[in-house]
Amino acid sequence: MVATTTTSSQASHGGVRSGRGVDTRPLIWPSVGVLLIWMIIPLALTLWFSIRNYKLDDPSITGFAGLGNYSYLLTDPSLTTALLNTLLLVGGVLIATVVFGTLFAVLFDQDFWGKGVARLLVIAPFFVMPTVAALVWKNLLMDPVNGLFAFITRSLGLGAITWFSDMPLFSIGIIVAWQWIPFATLILLTAMQSLDREQIEAARMDGAKAVSRFIHIIVPHLGRPITVVVMIETIFLLSVFAEILVTTSGGPGDASTNLTYLIYKNALLDFDVGLGSAGGVIAIVLANIVAFFLVRTVARNLDA
Amino acid sequence: MASKAQKKIGLAVLGWVVALLVFFPLIWMALAAFKTEIDAVSSPPKVIFDPTLENFNAVFERVNYGNAVFNSIVESVGATLICLIFAAPAAYAMAFFPGRKTKDLLMWMLSTKMMPAVGVLVPMYLIFRSTGMLDTRTGLVIVYTLMNLPIVVWMLYSFFREVPKEILEAARMDGARPRQQLLLLLLPLSLPGVMSTALLSIIICWNEAFWSINLTASNAAPLTQLIASFSSPEGLFWAKLSAASLLAIAPILVFGWVTQRQLVRGLTFGAVK
Repeated sequence: MVATTTTSSQASHGGVRSGRGVDTRPLIWPSVGVLLIWMIIPLALTLWFSIRNYKLDDPSITGFAGLGNYSYLLTDPSLTTALLNTLLLVGGVLIATVVFGTLFAVLFDQDFWGKGVARLLVIAPFFVMPTVAALVWKNLLMDPVNGLFAFITRSLGLGAITWFSDMPLFSIGIIVAWQWIPFATLILLTAMQSLDREQIEAARMDGAKAVSRFIHIIVPHLGRPITVVVMIETIFLLSVFAEILVTTSGGPGDASTNLTYLIYKNALLDFDVGLGSAGGVIAIVLANIVAFFLVRTVARNLDA
Repeated sequence: MASKAQKKIGLAVLGWVVALLVFFPLIWMALAAFKTEIDAVSSPPKVIFDPTLENFNAVFERVNYGNAVFNSIVESVGATLICLIFAAPAAYAMAFFPGRKTKDLLMWMLSTKMMPAVGVLVPMYLIFRSTGMLDTRTGLVIVYTLMNLPIVVWMLYSFFREVPKEILEAARMDGARPRQQLLLLLLPLSLPGVMSTALLSIIICWNEAFWSINLTASNAAPLTQLIASFSSPEGLFWAKLSAASLLAIAPILVFGWVTQRQLVRGLTFGAVK
C-alpha cells in the first residue's frame, strides 16, 4: 500500500510524462495498485503457508514442512479423486453447455411467435444464485421421497432415483449445467447475429439441407465464440463450490469432492493451513494453464 | 414437404417447449412459494392449490432475512460504486491516452481474474481473522471490489472507446481538465454503458457464493449465505425455502434481463460482441 501511494502522489506532482499533455499515471495507478496488492499478498502467503506446518487447532505444530505438504497431498488418494471429479465435472458440463448452447442459439435465432419472451426464459437460470439453484433442484425436484422427479419416475413404474447418494457428481453436474447452458446460449445467440444471412440464403438456394447448412456454415462461424465460452466456463467450473456444499458436502465419502471443495475441507474443516495452501497452489497452477490460452485469444481479439 | 406456415408453427412450438422446460424449475419454485408446507411436499404434487402468503410473512419474521437482504444490497451496490470510482479514471486514461503499455496492462488486469478464489482462500481467511474483518460488511465489500475491478475497467474501457475522440478534444481546447472531461462529458455520454457495467457488477456480487459463505456467518451474511444455511436439516421447509429464494432471485433476474445484450461484452471481455 505504502509503495503505491508514494508512486501515485509522485506522479501527480512530478509533471507530465505522456506526450499528449495528460499525465495518465494518477488515473491508472489506483486501480493497478489495489489489484497488485490483491494479487501479490495472498499469493505470497499461500506459497509461504504451503511450505509450513500450520494447524489452526494445534498451535504446537509449527516450523518448516519443506515440500512435505505437497508430497502428502500428491500421494493422498483423495487428491486423485478430487482431480478426477473436477475433470469429469468440468468436462461433462462443458460438453452439455456447448451442445445445448449451440442448438438453443440456432433455435432462438429463428423467427417465431413470442421469441423475445422465450429467449428471456431460456437465459434466466444464469441469473439464479448458486445456492438457490442447488437447493431448488435438490429438494423440490430431486428429492427421492417428495421430489417431482421421484413422482414422475414412480408413475412410470421405475421407482424413485436417489440422485445424490447414487450419482452425486452427475446430479451436481445437472444443476451446474442448468446454470451454464443459458450462458452459452446467450453468448452464442449474440454471435449468431453477425452471421452472414445472404450466405445461408445462397446455400439454401443451392439446395443445401438444413443439417449441412448447420455443419458447414453455422458451426464454423460459431467456432471462435465457442472457444471463448469453453475457456470462460472452465475458469468458473474449476471453482464450483456452493452447489457441492449445499447438496452433498462432497459426499458420499469423497464421491463428489472437487479440487475446490477438497481445499476448503482441508483448510477450514480440518484446520490444516499448510495442506490447504499446498492445494491452493495446485489450483492456481491448473487455472493458469487455462488462463494462458484464454488471455491469448482475447489479446488477439483486441487488435481486431 | 411442410408448408411455410406449418414450419413456422412447429418452430414456435419447439421454441416454447424448450424455453418452458429450461425455465420450469423456477416456475415450480415460484408455485411452491405460495403453497402451504403440507401442499409443497405432497405427492402427487399439487398444481392446483389455495395460494397463501404465509411463507412470505414467515420469511420476513425471521430477523436475519431482512438483515440478509440489507447486506446483499449494501455489499453489491457498495462494491460496485467503489469499483466505478477506481475504474472510471483508469478506463478514461486507457481509452483516450493509450500508451505503449496500455494493452499489456489490460491483459494483466484480465489475468488477475483467472486466479481461482480457492487458491487464496487460506490467506484471505487468516488475514480477515487477524484483522477482525470476518463477518463484516466492510470485509466483503473489499473482496467484491477487488474481484470485480478488472471486469469493470474492461467494460468501461470498451464503452469509452466508442465515444468520438473529437468531442473530448473540443472540450480540452475549451480548457476542460481531465476530471471535468470525465465527469461532465464522458460519463453522461456513455451513461447506458456505465449503467450496464454497474448492473453486471451488482449481479455478480449478488450471486457470489464462495467468499460470502467462507467469510461471513450471520452479521454480514448476504442472501447467498443465508440460503445456504437452509440446507441444514432444521431449515428444510420447502415452501419457506421457495419463498425466500423467489425474493432473493427476482430483482437480479430483472436486472439480468434488462442488460442481457451488454452483458455479453462484459462476460467475454469484449471477445464476443
